[in-house]
Amino acid sequence: MGKILKMIAQRLGLGLITLLVVSLIIFLGVELLPGDLAEAILGQAATEETVAAFRRELKLDLPAHERYFDWLFGIMQGDMGKSLANQRQISELIGTRLGNTLFLAMVAAIISVPLAVTLGVLAALYRNSFYDKCVNVVTLTSISFPEFFVAYILILFLAVKAGIFPSISNVSPDTDLWDRVYRVALPALTLTLVVIAHMMRMTRAAIINLLASPYIEMANLKGMPRSRIIVKHALPNAWAPIINVIVINLAYLVVGVVVVEVVFVYPGLGQLLVDSVSKRDIPVVQAASMIFAATYILLNLTADILSILTNPRLLHPK
Amino acid sequence: MSTENGSGETSTQTSYGKGGGEKGEVLLEMRGLKIEGMADDVWHEIVHGVDVTLHRGEVLGLIGESGAGKSTIGIASMGYAKPGCRISDGTIMFDGMDLRKTPEHQLRKLRGARIAYVAQSAAASFNPAHKLIDQYCEMPVQHGVKPRSEAEQEAKDIYARLRLPDPDNIGFRYPHQVSGGQLQRAMTAMAMSCRPDLIVFDEPTTALDVTTQIEVLAAIKDIVEQFNTAAIYITHDLAVVAQMADKIMVLKLGDMIEEGFARQMIEEPKEEYTKALVAVRTFRKDEDIPKEESPILKVENVTASYGGGVMVLKNVSMEIHKQKTVAVVGESGSGKSTLARAITGLLPPLEGTVTYHGEVWPNALKQRNKDQLRRLQMIYQLPDTALNPRQRIRDILGRPVEFYVGKKGKEKTQRVRELLDMIELDPDQFINRYPGELSGGQKQRICIARALAAEPELIICDEPTSALDQLVAEEILKLLDRLQKELHLSYMFITHDLATVRAIADEIIVMLLGEIVEQGAKDDVLNPPHHKYTDLLLSSVPEMDPDWLDNLLAERAARKAKGEAIMESMDN
Repeated sequence: MGKILKMIAQRLGLGLITLLVVSLIIFLGVELLPGDLAEAILGQAATEETVAAFRRELKLDLPAHERYFDWLFGIMQGDMGKSLANQRQISELIGTRLGNTLFLAMVAAIISVPLAVTLGVLAALYRNSFYDKCVNVVTLTSISFPEFFVAYILILFLAVKAGIFPSISNVSPDTDLWDRVYRVALPALTLTLVVIAHMMRMTRAAIINLLASPYIEMANLKGMPRSRIIVKHALPNAWAPIINVIVINLAYLVVGVVVVEVVFVYPGLGQLLVDSVSKRDIPVVQAASMIFAATYILLNLTADILSILTNPRLLHPK
Repeated sequence: MSTENGSGETSTQTSYGKGGGEKGEVLLEMRGLKIEGMADDVWHEIVHGVDVTLHRGEVLGLIGESGAGKSTIGIASMGYAKPGCRISDGTIMFDGMDLRKTPEHQLRKLRGARIAYVAQSAAASFNPAHKLIDQYCEMPVQHGVKPRSEAEQEAKDIYARLRLPDPDNIGFRYPHQVSGGQLQRAMTAMAMSCRPDLIVFDEPTTALDVTTQIEVLAAIKDIVEQFNTAAIYITHDLAVVAQMADKIMVLKLGDMIEEGFARQMIEEPKEEYTKALVAVRTFRKDEDIPKEESPILKVENVTASYGGGVMVLKNVSMEIHKQKTVAVVGESGSGKSTLARAITGLLPPLEGTVTYHGEVWPNALKQRNKDQLRRLQMIYQLPDTALNPRQRIRDILGRPVEFYVGKKGKEKTQRVRELLDMIELDPDQFINRYPGELSGGQKQRICIARALAAEPELIICDEPTSALDQLVAEEILKLLDRLQKELHLSYMFITHDLATVRAIADEIIVMLLGEIVEQGAKDDVLNPPHHKYTDLLLSSVPEMDPDWLDNLLAERAARKAKGEAIMESMDN
């Protein structure tokens, strides 16, 4: 057990270093944007004094490294600064939005992950059958269309024509749980269609890859039914690659929702990011990017750890 | 996921063996069995109409070299063909059922329950994700033979009968937590779980050390007799099958060559091929070259580790003289290959020195100069992985000729042709081939030629014959011996096979757990008195005599009873 804890600690440490590097890249990226922030915001009509005062206020007159460390230490203490657009605390601004985004991602994950794994196992079991080909064609088709297109198609059929779900997913902090689920149904479905193909195909491929192993032949010669061979003998050894793909897709559910949120006017982090970019609200952009990066790193870390834990050699040392 | 309900169906069948049935009743009869394999999108016949008859409680040995079709025939007795193969003709009658006409779902109920299989590599054939006992209980529970609790109790009993250590708890380990020999016994136990009428043993001891092999052979023989189970025992080692089988069938390239009772086959084989198999390992080099005073290679007090603090070599010293062969023997994990790596500098020794013709060589490979590299060459165990599959023989041999000797153009080609002549492969035929177009023995010859291309004085051979069929291996040994005489080479010959040692060694080094336990001239080491480990190792080498195993086990038991200290296999 000690070995595993040590490994997790090591990975966490590595994750933190990665995050630090990412923070530097985000900061430098924003820094390299052409043009002067103060002038851009205040407009060309601003006098030199207003521009200078604005710069002092935002501490833009300080050298870059000082501003970077200032920003970094702020984030470490939970202070992400203030929005330029409305002077509100960014943490407060992001808080509910992040919650909304995570909620949508969670709903989409709860639908898509079990569905993808089940479809993948069945596709491996009945490989090269009509069912297998069908699943492949359908999921590949859905991944091939742009997200907004899938979203509009769903809106057309499920909201406009059938009227089952609302086409706009407006939620507020006091919307109750079931109402929330109902309102995010269409964006969640869109995301499911977008991520399912990947996970399904990896499940299928990882299992089929193992079917040539001696222990699968042994299971055949033990007279085990095919379904049991796939589920009990192949799947437990196929988790590592499957988990990796699942987690990458989960990360995408959090950080890749921008378009879907905009289409459904869902008050999530992605929409905030888009708004802030157009308003040149740099501190918000930086903070949102950091959150996305942290999500990505944390989820990949989880994938690493989980796939190592599925290896019995590690879990049960000699 | 739901499984087929086996219990309803199986009750209609006859009782599950239970040692039932007398010897003599025919259990399995295959007639005119033909099997085809798919290669290059065409079906090729690989078994050409073989007849096999097996009675209850009888053990049939199938023997032959690789490609003989022995495993394919063995598995066909379960009505099963490996992926890419198909049973194309003949009948397979098992206890009154024609397996070729039985539907797949019926066959699945038969497999494991009435015909069980023991695979060559237990390490690869146990599912790494499940505990041994779960894999044991899977068959009886899924086939509806007995409930889990009962199966678990029986597993412990069978583990004990197979003399596995700590039989009550060993089942709760994962496959990687158990040694190779123990795994192979656990797999035999698993095959017994439904008390099948027939077990197919597919080279169950080939991957094991001799000392471990003996334990497994004894356990298998014992349990097959206890339960009066019929068995098909597949192996390429005639000496092993002589211990196990009542009858032996010799196969070659998908044809039956000869069949008969074990003793009769060993003592008076009729066919030429069988005679060659019996006579194999009779090759002996003639020793007449006097030993030179000073050694060419001297290893002094070498200690090495793969990092992590465990010393794989402990204070090892040895010498190799001109035109002499030093055989290094020991079980897997004894450090014999590590010793080769330490001498070549691939694994720089932590302590100690390697001296060549009186000159101390740098420990690390990187610090040695081209001439030092040239003098010391290696031949590996697996010629398949030692040759680049994308290079022609011309390039494989041409590169060292150019690199070490500096020959180019026509001279280089000329030298490559000479090398091919030396290893008895026709240059015109082979120079432009890829390794994939060669047989295993030919590939190993190319590896030898590649070592010779550098014009070395000493060649380290790391188990060069253990992946080859015995007849082919013997040819390789003869070749190495001839080259030694012609080119005055010295060999360091790493092997776990004592028959090879008898054939070619001048001196022997016995290693155990990274230390040399005995070393000296061949006759001194092979003749008593031995170190007790050397004794264990020597006495464990199977002999052709069908009574050898029984006699040896009786003798060991008697010595143990007398309270003599004899060494047990490392595996226990």
